[in-house]
Amino acid sequence: MSWLFDPLRYSFMQSGLLAAALVGVACATIGVYVVLRRMAFIGDALAHTILPGVVGAYLAGWSLIGGALAAGLLTALGIGWFSRRQEVREDTAIGILFTGMFALGILLMSTVRSFRDFTHILFGNILGVTAADLGLIAGVTALVLCVLWLFNKELELTSFDPTHSEVIGLRADIIRYGLLILLAFTVVTGIQVVGVVLTSALLITPAAAASLLTQRLSRMVLLAAGIAVLSGVVGLYASYYFNVSSGASIVLTCTALFGIAWVVRRFKA
Amino acid sequence: MSRVRFPYSPHKHEDPVPGAAAVEARIERMSYAGSPALALREIHLSVPVGARVALVGPNGAGKSTLLKAVAGLLPVQAGDVHIYGLPVGQCRHRVAYLPQRSEIDWRFPVTIQRLVMTGRYVHLGWLQRPTAEDRAIVAQVLMELRIEHLAGRQIGELSGGQQQRALLARALAQQADLLLLDEPLNAVDTDTRAVIAEVLAELHQSGKTVITATHDLGRLETDFDGAAYLSEGREVPAPPGSFTGSSIGRLV
Repeated sequence: MSWLFDPLRYSFMQSGLLAAALVGVACATIGVYVVLRRMAFIGDALAHTILPGVVGAYLAGWSLIGGALAAGLLTALGIGWFSRRQEVREDTAIGILFTGMFALGILLMSTVRSFRDFTHILFGNILGVTAADLGLIAGVTALVLCVLWLFNKELELTSFDPTHSEVIGLRADIIRYGLLILLAFTVVTGIQVVGVVLTSALLITPAAAASLLTQRLSRMVLLAAGIAVLSGVVGLYASYYFNVSSGASIVLTCTALFGIAWVVRRFKA
Repeated sequence: MSRVRFPYSPHKHEDPVPGAAAVEARIERMSYAGSPALALREIHLSVPVGARVALVGPNGAGKSTLLKAVAGLLPVQAGDVHIYGLPVGQCRHRVAYLPQRSEIDWRFPVTIQRLVMTGRYVHLGWLQRPTAEDRAIVAQVLMELRIEHLAGRQIGELSGGQQQRALLARALAQQADLLLLDEPLNAVDTDTRAVIAEVLAELHQSGKTVITATHDLGRLETDFDGAAYLSEGREVPAPPGSFTGSSIGRLV
């Protein structure tokens, strides 16, 4: 069993595993709603639009997380606003916003001579997670779980029957804004683990795998969280032993588990 | 026992104005957002408490739009709608709306029991979880629609008729005084028709007001007290020889 425990002697592996597990739980839990409400594209867009926020904060010497959060919240509100006015189709509007913001981020990056600081943002830096980062990740995970637990019945109702929710005075757009804001917080922590480019995989893949295996929302959430945590742990060990990118191995483990779920479902049917 | 409640609607649940009609709608003009075409025009609907009124007309006549205006789902550009003497939105717990089945995402992982429970949400509001009393009401209405054996099934596994029964069960669970039903008998099996007819008869006996959109002219005389005929968003006279009922409920 030494292969299992040896890596744990290093504190960077301990905090990396903890971070991967916490982020996995947060992303997978909110990811179930993202998948069921067909917002996968929005999740991806949110992760990408954070780039200019991070780079801008770096150039100005502000907190990178603060910059990421500001950009994420701005995008969440922008998407909500765009989708209320219906001059442009929602997915088109998101596509424009997301590529434009990402390009702005790359443009800002190219003004800096060294790209090295930014590879962490693009591809994640889970082994460099600090105690402060861990605190933020734990806080966001707790926030996501609390909010989803407290507003579970409203989220569920507005997801499958927004008409009834409007009839009883529960405004579906308010719930949607709330979900987008919560998603912005979650995405910022996901970026720590797998980076801007791959964060939407943590949101979507475990939730999609879970949705293949059960028709119960509560089981789906538990299963998605389990798959995400397992992917984080397996991915980190793979990255340790084979000396490959941790973010990529975590995401590929998610993808492999999704493949297994798909096969299991085919055989059950 | 009084618990702290945080209702969804900012309005308090007001009591009805004594002597007011269940629905008093004067709609001069109404159109959908982003569309110049008028969906409804020059409509006056007055429905006394306890009446059963049919909105009759072909598809696209404006029946659903009128029901949605009364339910507070669509804004009326010119005109006003009063429910029990109060502007729309001030007594939401008294109004239940049965949507067309296509308005619901039937693939969502939720059971029949939970779907029907959403009828109790207007009484629960934010943060409150269903109580034993709410669960008892849900069990009761599931029995009334004879779908209690399906309570634990996912909503997408049901047939069209069973889905329609589940939606009507939810409307009953809300224990509203005014029910707005959009094509409740559209494309359902004969068993479901019989069960729904039975439930509607019971609602009438217990003094509820029911407005039903339908394009089925066959049963108007037995099932309704009045009928209003719509075509292309306007009131039209009843076709010769067809049912009009007493004057109540007719468009004026």
